Amino acid sequence: MSNRKATVYVRLKDGVLDPQGVTIQRAILNMGYDMVSSVKSGRFFELEIDAEDGDVEARINEICGKLLANPVIENFQVEFEK
Amino acid sequence: MKFGVVTFPGSNCDYDAYAAAKLIGQDVEFLWHQSDDLKDSDVVILPGGFSYGDYLRSGAIARFSPIMKSVIEFAATGGLVIGICNGFQVLVESGLLPGALMRNEHLRFSCKYVYIRVERNENAFTMACQPGDILKIPIAHKDGNYYNFQGDLEEIKSKNQVLFRYCDRDGNITQESNPNGSMYNIAGITNERGNVVGMMPHPERAVEDILGSSDGLKVFQSVKKYIMERAGVEKA
Repeated sequence: MSNRKATVYVRLKDGVLDPQGVTIQRAILNMGYDMVSSVKSGRFFELEIDAEDGDVEARINEICGKLLANPVIENFQVEFEK
Repeated sequence: MKFGVVTFPGSNCDYDAYAAAKLIGQDVEFLWHQSDDLKDSDVVILPGGFSYGDYLRSGAIARFSPIMKSVIEFAATGGLVIGICNGFQVLVESGLLPGALMRNEHLRFSCKYVYIRVERNENAFTMACQPGDILKIPIAHKDGNYYNFQGDLEEIKSKNQVLFRYCDRDGNITQESNPNGSMYNIAGITNERGNVVGMMPHPERAVEDILGSSDGLKVFQSVKKYIMERAGVEKA
């Protein structure tokens, strides 16, 4: 059994309003730092995978599209490591 | 006729929905999230609350519970389904309704009475209303900001799927009366066929004057009227 790890990054699609990012950016300004012009919020997940067969990556992508990200508003990106 | 009210772990408006069905003299049963049995319900209510602690995204986990498999099949055969608040979030996550419900624009949990305007009444859930009727019904949510792609928004508008819109007390659709930033002031929508409805306001919390409003009763009376008339046609 090979052990692999997948890291999944989920972020809002371009053009989708991100009120949390906007609010965090304002807070940074209020702290006195004026060089941060934009903040985008998102989530990440680490998945430990026990599987041998070759279509693991396709199945992890399926999980992302069905559960970890909402394709209406979010994109996801998966990084695999051995 | 019989109402079925789904209870997810974290649902907290299931008893209010149950009580509303009883108030209009109908049978009602709770449906457990781990079961796939809809108990011959004529209409299924997905109630408000915080199913599965709102983990991941509101409604995202509930969508994969055993009862939802049956609800999705029921909806596909024309069965009547209404999702209220968290129930609406479950319906968009499960793909039964278009769009997404995002964090409120102002980022706050909002709990207050609002006014919504009935846009359509050729629907099981509003047939006892007239288009333009103004209902005073409370909201209580943090993720109620309706979002859809511009093209898809135009499509649901053109297919008459917008059922309720936030308005002022006189029925004017204004920015000030929009409590969460929803596109087009959308408070409730239907699927294309009209048998699945989602709404953020809580009609089950506005069923007696002592609660501040009884306007929510119209939603329950509508579906009762619809099912009674349908049964009459089937007998005839």
